[in-house]
Amino acid sequence: MRRLLVLGAGTAGTTVVNKLRPLLPREEWEITVVEPAAFHLYQPGLLFVPFGRYEPDQLLKPTSQFLPAGVTLITESVERIDRENNLVELAGGATLDYDQLVIATGTHARPDMTPGMAGPQLGHTVHEFYTLPGALALRKALEAWEGGRLVVHLTELPIKCPVAPLEFAFLADDHFRRLGIRDRVELTFATPLSGAFTKPIASERLGDMLDQRGIIVEPDFYVERVDEGALVSYDERVIPFDLLVTVPLNMGAEFVARSGLADELNHVKVDPYTFLADGCQNVFALGDAAALPISKAGSVAHFAVEVFVENFLEHIDGRPMKREFDGHANCFVESGAGKALLIDFNYDTEPLPGTYPLSVIGPLKLLKETRLNHLGKLAFRPIYWHMLLPGRRLPVPTEMSMAGKEMPTPQPEREDVTL
Amino acid sequence: MTVALIQGRDIHVDAEGFLTDPGEWDEGLAEKLATNIGIALTESHWSAIRFARSDFEATGETPTLRRMATAGGVPTKDIFALFPKKPAKKLAYVAGLPKPVGCV
Repeated sequence: MRRLLVLGAGTAGTTVVNKLRPLLPREEWEITVVEPAAFHLYQPGLLFVPFGRYEPDQLLKPTSQFLPAGVTLITESVERIDRENNLVELAGGATLDYDQLVIATGTHARPDMTPGMAGPQLGHTVHEFYTLPGALALRKALEAWEGGRLVVHLTELPIKCPVAPLEFAFLADDHFRRLGIRDRVELTFATPLSGAFTKPIASERLGDMLDQRGIIVEPDFYVERVDEGALVSYDERVIPFDLLVTVPLNMGAEFVARSGLADELNHVKVDPYTFLADGCQNVFALGDAAALPISKAGSVAHFAVEVFVENFLEHIDGRPMKREFDGHANCFVESGAGKALLIDFNYDTEPLPGTYPLSVIGPLKLLKETRLNHLGKLAFRPIYWHMLLPGRRLPVPTEMSMAGKEMPTPQPEREDVTL
Repeated sequence: MTVALIQGRDIHVDAEGFLTDPGEWDEGLAEKLATNIGIALTESHWSAIRFARSDFEATGETPTLRRMATAGGVPTKDIFALFPKKPAKKLAYVAGLPKPVGCV
């Protein structure tokens, strides 16, 4: 009997066991999942919680509900991986042996890593919406808010869902307009990037959208500490706030570092095409836990798992892994007033304008605000629970397609430097 | 990709002026690149540049500010003083490395 051990039952961990269980004969393979959380959180929904659009019970379901028969769930956290002996030590002291190991423990908001961010201000004037308690505390603060300086802030990349802080800024703008108090709110978007987003064409489009909404952008802002009522950068820039909504530093699980597999932020160093951890032959990392040169997002985890499953079946039979992940990501970007944009990209192709072919409901517009994109974003929640997590095939291609995308006009050559 | 004439040599650069072939870099070129962005290189600049170059050679990636601090021992505050406003980009530019990919 061989054992596949999966650490984490988030999007990647849950999907991968649902896809692999029917493909691995039960008399040959045992599958065990280690996950300390009793409830699975629908993370894309957190964005809407501060605005009262989702209640916690719409975003939480028991972890065990999504694991198939024939998979053992151990509700505990991991202490470290002993790679030499193919063992995982659990926090309670027990050990589990494995033949193949998948690390899918995600990445998490760490306000404690920035001086002043996790102090007594957290939950009062300093907020985050990457956890359910954080999103609920922010809802309370917004309900009582009468105006002032609201700063939406991004600490450092990479973060999971890199469009989320932008979406929050757009939704906050819309929220204050609906309440009729937009003129009493100074809305600032502070980012360590040089623009609104990581990729040039999308960054320009999203930057224009911030301008149109009167949202002030503070680019190249690399936070050193949070003082009372002010963000302070390493180069002594000060941004005062009455209410701060920050995305704290995101870090992978600490056991990854204790196991000697981590980069500076505890993400697992892997081959970006096969997800095999550096220096390992039977350890993989999937989803946000992996240090990949692409956005950390549920869509990436989903596409990655599809590639991984085919490769894994070859790998355990001693054959080379033939498929290569292309870094496919696609994300709806909520923009307020019941509209959203869609972006679709991979390792080599940045988000481009055009259309995204989709059966039944028709093509979606890329990099353009539409009502249909917003409906797509909302429709994704039931699709997530009923199709994606159970490992059913979604009607979207695993690899990014250029169909419908408009190629950018070549930039004029220039020799000046724009740093 | 474009070819820029720097110090009488053809150097391959991207649209923003970053070298696309780190092998075309040498210390004389670094001085010229630094001048382009208004920086006069001191010994402190050089130690940051040398770490960034050797780290790129080892990992294949331009180091992030966090990596410069944790693995390279150059505090973030110091990097901001050496390469003001956009330190990760300016350091990569002068060191002849690709634009940092912290941006994904």
